[in-house]
Amino acid sequence: MATDGTVRPSLAGAEVVSASLARHRFRPLEGLVWLAMLAGYWLWPEYRPLGSQIFIMCLFVLSLDIVVGYAGIVTLGHAAFFGVGAYTAGLTAIHLSNEPFLGLLTAAVAAGLVGILSGLIVLRTTGLTLMMLTLAIVFVLHEAANKLGSVTGGSDGLQGVTVAPILGLWSLDFFGQTAYIYTGAVLFLGWLFARILVGSPFGRSIVGIRENLVRMRAIGSPVRLRLLVVYGISATMAGIAGALLTQTTQFVSLSAITFTRSGEALIMLILGGVGRLYGAFVGAPIYMLMQDALAKYNPVFWTFWIGLMLVLTVMFARNGVLGLVDSVLAWRRRAA
Amino acid sequence: MTASASLPPLLETQGLSKSFGALVVADSIDLTLRPGARHALIGPNGAGKTTFVNLVTGTLQPTAGRILMGGEEVTGLSPEARVRKGVGRTFQINSLFNRLSVLENVAIAVSERDGFAGRIFRARKAERRAFEEAYAILEGIGIGMEALRPVAEIAYGRQRLVEIAIALALKPKVLLLDEPAAGIPSAESHVVLDVVEALPPDIAVLIIEHDMALVFRLASRITVLVQGAILVEGTPQEIAHDPKVKEVYLGEKSH
Amino acid sequence: MDQILSALVSILFHGLAYGMILYVISVGLSVTMGLMGFANLAHGVFAMAGGYITVTLMNGFGIHFFLALVTACIVVALASVVLERLLYSRLYTASELDQVLFTIGIIFMASAAARYAWGPLPQRMILPESLSGQVDLGFRTFPTYRTFLIVVSGVIIAALWLGIERTRFGAQLRAAVDNRRMAEAIGINTRRLFTATFAVGSGLAALGGGLGADILAIEPAYALEYLVYFLIVVSVGGLGTVKGPFVAAVLLGVTDTTCKYLIPEFGAFFIFLAMIGLLLWRPTGLFGRA
Ligand SMILES: Nc1ncnc2c1ncn2[C@@H]1O[C@H](COP(=O)(O)OP(=O)(O)OP(=O)(O)O)[C@@H](O)[C@H]1O
Ligand SMILES: [Mg+2]
Repeated sequence: MATDGTVRPSLAGAEVVSASLARHRFRPLEGLVWLAMLAGYWLWPEYRPLGSQIFIMCLFVLSLDIVVGYAGIVTLGHAAFFGVGAYTAGLTAIHLSNEPFLGLLTAAVAAGLVGILSGLIVLRTTGLTLMMLTLAIVFVLHEAANKLGSVTGGSDGLQGVTVAPILGLWSLDFFGQTAYIYTGAVLFLGWLFARILVGSPFGRSIVGIRENLVRMRAIGSPVRLRLLVVYGISATMAGIAGALLTQTTQFVSLSAITFTRSGEALIMLILGGVGRLYGAFVGAPIYMLMQDALAKYNPVFWTFWIGLMLVLTVMFARNGVLGLVDSVLAWRRRAA
Repeated sequence: MTASASLPPLLETQGLSKSFGALVVADSIDLTLRPGARHALIGPNGAGKTTFVNLVTGTLQPTAGRILMGGEEVTGLSPEARVRKGVGRTFQINSLFNRLSVLENVAIAVSERDGFAGRIFRARKAERRAFEEAYAILEGIGIGMEALRPVAEIAYGRQRLVEIAIALALKPKVLLLDEPAAGIPSAESHVVLDVVEALPPDIAVLIIEHDMALVFRLASRITVLVQGAILVEGTPQEIAHDPKVKEVYLGEKSH
Repeated sequence: MDQILSALVSILFHGLAYGMILYVISVGLSVTMGLMGFANLAHGVFAMAGGYITVTLMNGFGIHFFLALVTACIVVALASVVLERLLYSRLYTASELDQVLFTIGIIFMASAAARYAWGPLPQRMILPESLSGQVDLGFRTFPTYRTFLIVVSGVIIAALWLGIERTRFGAQLRAAVDNRRMAEAIGINTRRLFTATFAVGSGLAALGGGLGADILAIEPAYALEYLVYFLIVVSVGGLGTVKGPFVAAVLLGVTDTTCKYLIPEFGAFFIFLAMIGLLLWRPTGLFGRA
């Protein structure tokens, strides 16, 4: 019988095993995405400032995809970590040192800690209660930032953030050249990490929790711990995204910690496609370019169109743009 | 079987009880499984068989009574901790990871058992071994060819076998099988029989099953549960000739 | 001493009025969540719609408050039937995430529409003569409007509870919340039950929105602004129960009012901390089933 541990798979088995291991190999198409982003630098120089903002949101949405899409934790409060990162980076620059990497580091640590602490509370619950708690944490932190005006600048926002040249060489200029490359590089590292995480045994186990919590318990998985770890990791990434926003805009506003920011990230995620890692890279640009265009054209009513798009996406394109692409590809394959 | 009677029980329940409000679904159940036990738990629908499994695995908390494994009390332990102590189970209704492949369904259990399921980096070797072992288990129960397909897409009967494969992957000391053959076409139900017969002889198996032919082939002891309480326990011969059991089962058939 | 007592009574009174309004608005959310498992974050949209309709009918068309309220309730209930049949019902089996995003989409659309139609500012409700001023309850005077709120909400709540305890619809509803499969097996048409429940819940929300327009200001961001309060009522009370949210809502109303009065700077913190503590103690809420 197969359970005695000393197993030698058959020839077919060897193939099955390699095929399974290869599922998470890097594909050339993935490199193309990054080449396109690099090319964007030269192709649309006037979009560089917007580009860096898009990269930041990509990173934030990517972090959200890990908890929502992979671990299945439907949170409304991810902005809390983004905001904590943003404020921490700002305060670090003002009071400690304006070395950008130090800012990223302190922001990551602070957001990660807040993630773990809040996770200890939030992850004991599910469903509406979990949503309410995550929402409540955003409110509490927002209120805290608002009330601690002497530290955070309150509703005026945190001003006077400066950033030293990156690696002592490139300063963040007004035209967003450095910001484009800097945020792009951090996003690349974030993506690389997320990519490894998702393909790891840990990644599979959080998908297992999403798919079937009862079964995960029944195979002895420390479910609560796993969720806490993934929540902390994701909060850390969100905090880094927040720090990047602070560093590139040299300012932190209270809007960094609002439900609206969480909501926007969720929208970007579902637009692109949930639980597929690249959803962030599709959803964030679409949303932000649309916002750029629509808000200019009709600032009062544009949220209506966003809402409508959301409703239609849920009704007719559950897997987002990438899901549609998949369906079209599958359909063409069948037709061929 | 006589030799194993002297060994300490792998699983023992003492006065295990559970009620949902006024409904008593487990009524002071005493049950002992020793190494090598092949024990069947039978009883009419709603007798509380699945509830018993849920109590033992920690999915439900008992209202009274104790659960011991290898002489050690586990009543307050989490389901996870009990698995680490060696309980494995299958579910009466398939409970699989629908969007993972058949192989991954089994490999996920192997990785939890071997303790590398929480790893993010440097897991490639362990991962390969897990896949190899998972494949070998699948091959052992005759569904190796389904390994790469999403588990949701394969036939229900084969999903039942994946259910068993996951439990086997944990290498449990006590294996609780909740109607493993239910939903498997009768032409293939012999696979379940083969699997149970090929299990390591020293583990204890509790099998819940409605198919009496299967029960009599597999079990050396049988417990009959009715309305949450043990009606009788005995060898297959004793049970087959017990008038109370006949009554319960005839009563069952007559409606 | 007298002053403290008087302040205390006043806080309790305002808190009770506030809590009862919160309950009338939120109870539908608790039942839909318990019955259909649907995470309807857009529940507040119905309350907001009720508020806008009431205020517009009163201020714009001079219609009496009561008539305006009843109209708002009926219009919103009917509209919700259409919404439920056309949209919501398709998502009952969808994932929680899809439901959440769908209802966030509804919130976005509703608040954009409200801003478009009524502008960004909160609506001012001009109370009818009979409801302004003070009323003397023997031992002291109270604001008439709040007294009215408590009485009317009390009547609505009593009617609701009686309806659930005594009518056939109520019995079916209880059976379905308890065990949906079983209810279907004994021939209850859960599909119709869902629609009816949804309509009643939305109608109540509209009533609450209109009644409470002076407490929870009617503005485009309404559904988001107060979402967390509705969710607190439902989670702390326990899903699928009718009485749990009542206790939670009154607790919330009184605590919130007390905090705003005593520690206006940090009121919100206290509320949230208390709620988090409570949920740590009972993750399924005060009256929720484990
Ligand atoms: N969570 C629960 N709440 C209330 N009652 C429950 C719950 N779970 C099970 N029951 C009841 O407990 C009784 C025993 O159920 P159980 O599933 O253990 O029976 P069983 O012997 O496994 O039946 P079957 O042969 O149909 O699988 C049934 O009457 C069932 O309705
Ligand atoms: Mg059963």
